[in-house]
Amino acid sequence: MTKTVTLAQGNGGEENNELISKVFYKAFNNEILAKSEDAAIIHDGELAFSTDSFTVSPLFFAGADIGKLAVCGTCNDLAMMGAKPKYLTCSVIIEEGFATRDLEKIVRSMKKELEVNGALVVSGDTKVVPRGSVDKIFINTSGIGEVIKKGISSNNITMEDLVIVNRDIGCHGAAIFVAREGIEMKSSLESDCESLYPQVKALLDANINITAMRDATRGGVSAVLNEWAKQSNICIEVEEESIPVSDEVKGICEMLGFEATALANEGTFVLAVKKEDAQRAVEILKGFENCQRATIIGKVSDTHMQRVILKSSWGTSRFLETPSGELLPRIC
Amino acid sequence: MELELVNLYDDFRDANTIKAYAKIIKEDAKKLKTPINIMEVCGGHTHTIMKFGLPQLLPANIKFIHGPGCPVCIMPKERIDHAYVLAMQEDVILVTLGDMIKVPGSSGTLQDARSKGADVRFVYSPLECIKIAKENITKKVIFFAIGFETTTPMTAALIDSVIKQDIKNIYFHINHVTVPEVMRELIDSRDEHVDSYNNKIDAFLGPSHVSVISGSKIYEEFPRDYNRPVVVAGFEPVDVMQAISMIVKQFVEDRCSLEVEYKRLVSYDGNVKAQNLIDKYFNKRDLFKWRGLGNIPKSGLKLRDEFKEYDAEMIYKDILPIGEIEDHKLCICGDILRGMASPPECTIFGTACKPTSPVGSCMVSSEGACAAYYKYGNLV
Repeated sequence: MTKTVTLAQGNGGEENNELISKVFYKAFNNEILAKSEDAAIIHDGELAFSTDSFTVSPLFFAGADIGKLAVCGTCNDLAMMGAKPKYLTCSVIIEEGFATRDLEKIVRSMKKELEVNGALVVSGDTKVVPRGSVDKIFINTSGIGEVIKKGISSNNITMEDLVIVNRDIGCHGAAIFVAREGIEMKSSLESDCESLYPQVKALLDANINITAMRDATRGGVSAVLNEWAKQSNICIEVEEESIPVSDEVKGICEMLGFEATALANEGTFVLAVKKEDAQRAVEILKGFENCQRATIIGKVSDTHMQRVILKSSWGTSRFLETPSGELLPRIC
Repeated sequence: MELELVNLYDDFRDANTIKAYAKIIKEDAKKLKTPINIMEVCGGHTHTIMKFGLPQLLPANIKFIHGPGCPVCIMPKERIDHAYVLAMQEDVILVTLGDMIKVPGSSGTLQDARSKGADVRFVYSPLECIKIAKENITKKVIFFAIGFETTTPMTAALIDSVIKQDIKNIYFHINHVTVPEVMRELIDSRDEHVDSYNNKIDAFLGPSHVSVISGSKIYEEFPRDYNRPVVVAGFEPVDVMQAISMIVKQFVEDRCSLEVEYKRLVSYDGNVKAQNLIDKYFNKRDLFKWRGLGNIPKSGLKLRDEFKEYDAEMIYKDILPIGEIEDHKLCICGDILRGMASPPECTIFGTACKPTSPVGSCMVSSEGACAAYYKYGNLV
């Protein structure tokens, strides 16, 4: 590992995994942590517990803001374990000089999103630091959820499962890139930032046999698929053409040399569902406004264990790797 | 800019068209007397070829040889050390393009410099330097310019604006290189090695973006003087497959000529306005060192003497290191850039050398052959 921490080590991909395993897992190692799930399952499987910090720049962007993100992020991690988000904590670190109006706007977004989840903020902390010590505002939320369906785990996927995504991918990453970097570009693109609990609840209410769920945040869909392939010791085969990507996201990817599967999402999740229920799951997801393009994208096989294979419509195939490095644009 | 880019390429990724070309190539290839090796000069082509799995569609007697056309890959450590030293200056903001910040020099990468406190930024367009310079008037903004003919006009346009707007705090470290010189070098130097490597270059896939600027005329000498066909091709899979079929046809019909597949943007003369702008600000260096290839005459550009007040190489002459630096002993980037070896032949490929900890430059850029092999694998 490098002597100093680099930005690449926060990318949700390979370097990030290395930092987590060599520093944090090494120190904190225990049975619950080692499961590497979106949220820890505690208290005899009754409760899910997770935390997330939010440092996004810009704070307000097309489709959401840091407040909405801070609630969605933690609640979605709980929902991915089949849990209903119940109680959250909220810690904020604010830079001196931050506009009170912006703070109120952020908190209003949080309140609205808590209502979508039916969750409460029950404890919190506020710190103000001198100018330059943080970039405007950082927010941490932790959450506890009540597990509705037990046994959902990224470690149990088998050849009996099919892989589904709930919507078109990459919108958040692409929207942030357009907003953040110095590209003079107009776009109708919005972040997909959204609470996923309502979708999860609909699937569970319909008794869909879900093996695993994971929201495709940093590192995107390709990070999720690779994590699953390793954790469940399987090969995942994906039909490239079936992965839903909007024209806007495709355009940005082409221009900057990114792959949509590596872009971050905040309201997109991948599901492994038993074959016989897969089509029904897709239909249920399609009942949601933003999930019109929900679809089956792949299957599980045993051809290349712990790897993800991407197949083209002209008959070639290649590995889909865990994203690595900072996302940097191509040069020419 | 409205985002309708997808319309621009959809047809060029059509599965049926790709399959149809694969069939034509297979049929024509049966008539070949000897196998042919096609060098795609440009890293953008290498990326396309690997990303879309095109080698899987070709018959055994047609092979791709990956060329040296990745501006990040060919940057020697000496130049990266320059960037590092400049970045570490207290009052300097070093600006460069994309992957350049990940290439290791002898003291580390620009990313490392940044984590030690240096102000290193990457931009999409060199013109963003102007904004950075205006926002930081007490700092010196140094643009570490890299790239082939494709990116040179953008650097020239930046210099042009800097002079016209009388901006006093932007400087240039120029590392622009040119394609025909290195192609010539590859053929000439290869004759010495050809016995030990059965990797003769039989034809070239010409980088089309370079020709959008310089015209197709820059490749004329290769069919004429070197008996190597050149087809200037676009970067989508249909483009590459069509270009391959054009090359195979030339061999079958016993022709050797310069052809353009990428007719939608490439003309014989290219973008004359851009060429004039380049000529106004740059002239050729006598020698430029390429990583793995050594010094190649007239292959690099520098600022003309009359603009030396903007030239960071002049201004910081006293602190920039000048010694020669050897490449890592086990790394075979040089042979890979010459098209003499392919990445899996390297003993440290995928083990000691990975995109997360690259030893050689070919593993750094997404357009480097090693990175493309590592990333896309390619399964037959």
